[in-house]
Amino acid sequence: MRNFLANAKVPASAKFLSACAAITFFAGTSAHADQPKDWETTFQAPATDMMRQIEWFGNYTMWFIVPITILVLLLLAYCIVRFRASANPVPSKTSHNTLIEVIWTVGPVVILLCLAIPSFQLLTAQYTPPEEAKLTVKATGNQWNWDYEYQTDNTLSFNSAILQDTDRAAAGKEDRKAYPRLLAVDNELVVPVNTMTRVLVTATDVIHSFAMPSFGIKIDAVPGRTNETWFKAEKEGLYYGQCSQLCGKDHAFMPIAIRVVSDAQFKTWLAAAKTDLPGANKTLMAEVDGQNKVAAAGN
Amino acid sequence: MADAAAHDGHDHKPYHGWVRWVYSTNHKDIGTLYLIFAIMAGIIGGALSVAIRMELQEPGIQIFSGLAQMVYGMNGDAAIDGGKSMYNAFATAHALIMIFFMVMPALIGGFANWMVPIMIGAPDMAFPRMNNISFWLLPPAFILLLTSMFMPSAPGAFGVGGGWTLYPPLSTSGQPGPAMDLAILSIHIAGASSILGAINFITTIFNMRAPGMTLHKMPLFAWSVLVTAFLLLLSLPVLAGGITMLLTDRNFGTTFFAPDGGGDPILFQHLFWFFGHPEVYILILPGFGIISHVISTFSKKPVFGYLGMAYAMVAIGAVGFIVWAHHMYTTGLSLDTQRYFVFATMVIAVPTGVKIFSWIATMWGGSISFKTPMLWALGFIFLFTIGGVTGVQLANAGLDRSLHDTYFVIAHFHYVLSLGAVFAIFAGWYYWFPKMTGYMYSPVIANTHFWVTFVGVNLIFFPQHFLGLAGMPRRTIDYPDAFAGWNYVSSVGSYISAVGVLIFLYCVFEAFQKKRVAGANPWGEGATTLEWQLPSPPPFHQWEQLPKIK
Repeated sequence: MRNFLANAKVPASAKFLSACAAITFFAGTSAHADQPKDWETTFQAPATDMMRQIEWFGNYTMWFIVPITILVLLLLAYCIVRFRASANPVPSKTSHNTLIEVIWTVGPVVILLCLAIPSFQLLTAQYTPPEEAKLTVKATGNQWNWDYEYQTDNTLSFNSAILQDTDRAAAGKEDRKAYPRLLAVDNELVVPVNTMTRVLVTATDVIHSFAMPSFGIKIDAVPGRTNETWFKAEKEGLYYGQCSQLCGKDHAFMPIAIRVVSDAQFKTWLAAAKTDLPGANKTLMAEVDGQNKVAAAGN
Repeated sequence: MADAAAHDGHDHKPYHGWVRWVYSTNHKDIGTLYLIFAIMAGIIGGALSVAIRMELQEPGIQIFSGLAQMVYGMNGDAAIDGGKSMYNAFATAHALIMIFFMVMPALIGGFANWMVPIMIGAPDMAFPRMNNISFWLLPPAFILLLTSMFMPSAPGAFGVGGGWTLYPPLSTSGQPGPAMDLAILSIHIAGASSILGAINFITTIFNMRAPGMTLHKMPLFAWSVLVTAFLLLLSLPVLAGGITMLLTDRNFGTTFFAPDGGGDPILFQHLFWFFGHPEVYILILPGFGIISHVISTFSKKPVFGYLGMAYAMVAIGAVGFIVWAHHMYTTGLSLDTQRYFVFATMVIAVPTGVKIFSWIATMWGGSISFKTPMLWALGFIFLFTIGGVTGVQLANAGLDRSLHDTYFVIAHFHYVLSLGAVFAIFAGWYYWFPKMTGYMYSPVIANTHFWVTFVGVNLIFFPQHFLGLAGMPRRTIDYPDAFAGWNYVSSVGSYISAVGVLIFLYCVFEAFQKKRVAGANPWGEGATTLEWQLPSPPPFHQWEQLPKIK
């Protein structure tokens, strides 16, 4: 709880209305992270503007709910100390006070209004993509893996399932930090950075849910329906999510991995992947991992 | 009434032996049966949750493959697969047992059956024989549910693994075996039991109040049960319809929820949550009533803002019917639909806030003694507040996008139910135990039970907020290694809470062993409702001379 507060980007003095007016104004930038960390107490670091807005709003609500909880705690503590039988042997007979009852009815209404305004703005933003999608991918949930289909001139489709330990060496994914247990997949969904991407989500058997925490998206994959969501990833990297609707035996083993790369890398990969997916993935990995090593050396 | 009296013999004495319990038409005996049933179901449901926490104590699959080996006789990979399904079956059974066979029987069947007739000055419930069948439908329902855990569901799996929400297609084509049919029948029977009980309470409260007890003079516990009974009566038939459609989809070729036949899986979610959301208020409202009585008794003050308290419950009950789709923000609801449900859901915070502040105002200026029931009530107020404010966060569809189906939701609803409803049950238990049995428990043991439970449950559920924020999905047998830390803490909390349950059982045992006589009113001048004017335990039939309410 304290950590969540400490990370809040909104100064305590922020006036509610001005805060409501500028949702993203106080949103700060955070260190790059693409998967959950040990003892994490907050959201994963945002990789899209939408997740930054969600994180901002989450922190914003804390400025109301933490004081309310503390207020209740303090009032309880005061009653316990001040009105314990030994300190106050004769109880009062008061059982009505219209003014205070009006105050504690109207007060919460005002607080809820302060929450509702940015809340509705956030919700509206989630359903109002700022621009036309440049890339459309379709994600189809199966028990217990995902099919991805790129709706480009020359359709590319492939299956993405959890990475088996026995396949790690062959796939070149032996680094368990970059390719963690339960999160790493055999074929990642590859998308270009800073590109408006539309995701169409459906399922073939039971309901699944396509979720990517650091992108701020979660949408159910329902058989017979096509749901839509969108994201615009701001940073290159490898991002992990998991199926988020109970879908049977291997629900825990149905990860979602999205690799965000540069536009040029994406184009090269897409062209190659249509004929040789494993080869294209390996080439891309070599390039990305090489970059990372150079970046590390550059430190 | 004449029939009921004749049934028990004209001398108004109870039958002896098992006949007294099985044939009982006496609201106090039936209440006792409900309480014993709830304790047994609670132990089973609690044991399931401890098994879940043992599994989640460390990453990887530790417990359930072995359990599957032991229980189902599976080996090797089949045991691992069977174990994964068994975990889902445990999670499903834990929820269904705690909701339908622990909290509801304890609060409505147990405490309400015992206390509502006494509190309103009635000799018994309006329909004593219906009261009997209400209870006796529950054991077969429970047996059906427990049996379902050992029946085939999906290929290579046993037990209902679809979660208590029973979403199709996982509950239809996803699990073709008979386990799901048994569970559906179990819920049907438990639901019928609750509907009969609800009819009984509504009739009793409307028609059998003592002369002078107008609705606006009725104790708040009776008010809470009245509102709860209406919620049950109006919501359970919708659930019954929904799960009947599941049943026909499964067995008779209908396609209500199957898209390939023109149906829609989301339709079931609407039907389910139209019941499911009122259901969570069914679980908590009687607790609200109990807490009001306990706070008032031990503050030696009348409840502050009585009318506001009563109508806050009515408002919560009414608004509770029009917020159901806030459980479905990620299913692809339209923007306008989500806007409406965000708005409606937030409205509920207002009457709930009125209740919290009124409880504090009841204490304000009081002369408070911290007997065991009061400890549970104070714990309830604080922990329910935490669960309430996280509920306000989750009400926001935009934020729920990130929190939906994560451990944050698990933490939220356990704060309002496990730490809310269950704390209210224990407050009621320690408040009325001397009245119901005539014996006083050891306050030292009872207070130890409170503190151990308080520490335990907070250790379980507070860290789950962090897990949810970090993105850990719910209902998974295994998790990425980064979530190991808080999961370990949570599991330790679970073991501490389990010790708390053992202390509770010992406390009951010790009270019956020591037989300390409690007296008619152990709580003093603050206990003003009618049950405290009767001896402890009350006579087999009370209010043969109806009390007059000024």
